[in-house]
Amino acid sequence: MNSVVWFSEVGIADRPTVGGKGGSLGELTQAGIQVPPGFVVTTGAFEQFLEALEAREPVRAKVSGINPDDLGAVTKVSEELRRRVIEEPLPSAVEQAIRDAYRELSPGEEPVAVRSSATTEDAEDASFAGLQDTFLWVLGADQMIERVRECWGSLYSVESICYRRKQGLPEDGVAMAVVVQRMVDAMCAGVMFTRSPLTGDKSVITIEGAWGLGSAVVSGEVTPDRWVIGKITGEISVRDISDKHARQVPAPGGGIHEVANEEAIAKQPCLTDEQLMALREVGRRIERHYGKPQDIEWALDQDGQVFLLQSRPETVWSAKDAAAPVKPPEDNPLKHVMSIFGGKR
Amino acid sequence: MTDAKSFPLPSDLKVVPGTEGAQAAYPYYTQFVPEDDQKFWFYNSMHFPEPMHHFDMITAEAAYVALGAFNTRVHVLPTAKGIEHRIINGRVYIGGVAVTDPAEIEERIGEFQQRAFYYYEHWERLYDQWKEKMKALIAEAQALPKPELPAYEPLETTHTGKGVASNHALLDIYQRQVEGYHRMWHHHFEFLLLGYGAYMTFFDFCKKAFPEISDQAISRMVAGMEAEIFRPDEEVKRLARRAVELGVDQHFKDGMDIDTVLAELDAVGNSGKAWLEELETSRNPWFNVSSGDGFYHYHRSWNDDLAMPFAALPGYIEKIRAGTNIERPTEQLVRERDQLVADYRELLDTEEDKATYDQMIGLAHRVFPYVEGHKFYCEHWYTNLFFNKIREFGALLAEHGFFGPEGREEDIFHLTQYEVESAIIDLMLAWGSGADARGPKHWPAVVAERKAAIAEWAQHSTSPALGAVPDVIDDPAIVMLWGITRENLDSWLSDGSEDTNELKGFAACSGVVEGTARVVKSVEEIGRIQQGDILVCQVTNPTWSPIFQRISAAVSDIGGSMSHMAIVAREYDLPAVVGTGKATQRIKDGQRIRVDGGRGVVTILEDEARDERVLEEA
Repeated sequence: MNSVVWFSEVGIADRPTVGGKGGSLGELTQAGIQVPPGFVVTTGAFEQFLEALEAREPVRAKVSGINPDDLGAVTKVSEELRRRVIEEPLPSAVEQAIRDAYRELSPGEEPVAVRSSATTEDAEDASFAGLQDTFLWVLGADQMIERVRECWGSLYSVESICYRRKQGLPEDGVAMAVVVQRMVDAMCAGVMFTRSPLTGDKSVITIEGAWGLGSAVVSGEVTPDRWVIGKITGEISVRDISDKHARQVPAPGGGIHEVANEEAIAKQPCLTDEQLMALREVGRRIERHYGKPQDIEWALDQDGQVFLLQSRPETVWSAKDAAAPVKPPEDNPLKHVMSIFGGKR
Repeated sequence: MTDAKSFPLPSDLKVVPGTEGAQAAYPYYTQFVPEDDQKFWFYNSMHFPEPMHHFDMITAEAAYVALGAFNTRVHVLPTAKGIEHRIINGRVYIGGVAVTDPAEIEERIGEFQQRAFYYYEHWERLYDQWKEKMKALIAEAQALPKPELPAYEPLETTHTGKGVASNHALLDIYQRQVEGYHRMWHHHFEFLLLGYGAYMTFFDFCKKAFPEISDQAISRMVAGMEAEIFRPDEEVKRLARRAVELGVDQHFKDGMDIDTVLAELDAVGNSGKAWLEELETSRNPWFNVSSGDGFYHYHRSWNDDLAMPFAALPGYIEKIRAGTNIERPTEQLVRERDQLVADYRELLDTEEDKATYDQMIGLAHRVFPYVEGHKFYCEHWYTNLFFNKIREFGALLAEHGFFGPEGREEDIFHLTQYEVESAIIDLMLAWGSGADARGPKHWPAVVAERKAAIAEWAQHSTSPALGAVPDVIDDPAIVMLWGITRENLDSWLSDGSEDTNELKGFAACSGVVEGTARVVKSVEEIGRIQQGDILVCQVTNPTWSPIFQRISAAVSDIGGSMSHMAIVAREYDLPAVVGTGKATQRIKDGQRIRVDGGRGVVTILEDEARDERVLEEA
């Protein structure tokens, strides 16, 4: 298995080697959706590294043998393994492949995002999102490699270890891919649901967004603007423009930080109607591609161009679908009018 | 939500001091009585937003006679009978008559299904027949002679042994005209509730299947494409095209004097005359559209005042010269509608729902041509003929001094329909006896009193509803025709605490526009509307559509999401909010406002009007 694959080379079916996030970004790229370019450090790369670690001192056996209720022991193992993942040398072929890909992706050392892409994360039925890491605005090859190691290391966080042990998941199957993707210097960003999170209505698209990078919206630190748009008609039926007090922007030395929004822009809608329509179009395309409603993360760069950062199937309402029909058909279609004329509705 | 708030009782409502005489002149059966406190009433601001002239009250009376008959005894609606109405301070309050006894509802369901289903099953044939009936009724009204009183009876009367003198014709014409007007309203309600009901059936299903679907999306799926309401505007476009083709287009300019233009065209030879012939073709029947909703005598038709169609001509001509196709792309609109219907269908989860959807949209499409088309024949064409005939009586009475030395034909509308008949009899008697009529000494004071009362009433707002709020509004007529729901009533009750710079109405066509408000109270003012202005008016209907090419958004006091204005706004893709109730009162001419047609909200952005254009007195 290659240590590194480009988005354009993979799809959802490659999830076991590129993880959920990597597979989805590949799938979107292949579908012609505008996704910031990037590559995936595959589970194969991680496994080669793991073999090198195991060769020096056991890793999997240490985790398998642990009692998740013994928090002291878990913490000790976690600290040790994370240190090893971060400090011990990578197999040179793996390191070279990642550095080569990075040079191709960011020839001028343009900032990238480094995000863990677990093989189970984002799966429709087993979401333990949040146990993995995302690093934004990473600058330079060394920092990038360091962040990839930290993503791997998150497999050995106290939470991850406890989760796996309590679920009885075999340590042999544990692997992680890491996505390295060019950052969008976002003018604004947010999320989009291709069905209503409030009612499950499939005929509307809800878009939430705020100034700056999307991390502020996803983490809930800023109340985003919110729009409800007819999926088919494009009508904008709800416009809730919030007071967006702050935004997250790139920090000078890498990473991100929060800055206050001047009053003039805090209450301005972060998207124009044309941009909302462009997002709606992208949302519909992705939904059509997957054949089911999606939760989407998006960003607009400083030129107002739309980029897709993530898309995953909507899970809450789809679990409730296929319930009873709204109203069964009648042998005589005219009987339907009795719902209006026949009394209490 | 209602808390301790409730509407005043009818008995709490007082006649404005000084107008008692004018109030007493409304018929006894329209006066509130103490027993009316037991019942819930709401102000019919949708049809009657202004205090009613005494004669115009016939539009309520004749309509409720017919509506009640069809609901209660012809179609036999299971849960609702007709509408009662009362008048106070010139305002029309109405209340439904519900059927609450389960056994009676059951009995009525049986009757209803036999009757209403017959109509649905034979809709097209019955509707074709309906159009023939209406055309015959219109022809009858057109054939009624102008009421006149010669000094001597023509010799012909003697030579033919006619045996009836001219004064008899006055009563005959008047009574036949009033009879025809009542008959028109019966025809009006022959299909209306059934049509709305089929539409509402589909509407309700969509609201359940797609909880956040907008009313306008449903309306777009149902809208008919061939409806008569688009035709007047299409005729103006046709006339613009013919003007260019005939090479007479240079005569049409903004602010032109219509009589001058008509005289010029008559003088410039064959091409001018050819255009005038085209104009005549359009005028009959398509310019028989009212500039209002057909409930007030002062809502005149295009034929009575060519200002509206002529105001649109220069703009259309300019577009045609520039090579723009301005004709309505019917086929494309049909395709878009069908695509919309198909796209929503695709979102349904189950095959059963898709089957139900097909059944319901099928019925809605069958009935909708009537819902859209009837107004042209009833509220526009026939109603114009009716009021103009009454005007002829007004002219005759004025000529005989009934309204005093300064009297005008329009003064007749200050008399009730029964008083008009008595004035006619007075005139008939006087013509016959050769003595003076009593009217000239009697009516001028009455007219003056009522004129003053109407002006006074217009200064007083009135409660949107009276009496205890019912738990549910289950009267399909009230829900369908007036859009009254429990939620509406709750919001009316909470009125007063809300932001006064914000007006809410029905979201008619989405889009957000900021611009200068042009508050237009009558057709005479349309010349003030500049490119990009936002039209704010009381009633909007198809007759306003020619100026839609100039405006950037539209706001109205009256109308629902299926009102003609809303339909036309969607055709022009013009942000529109209808049924705000009070836009023409709250928004000042020249103010900057924001119209959000997707949410149905109009926001006044500045308190002071800064761009007031003064209307020159015509």
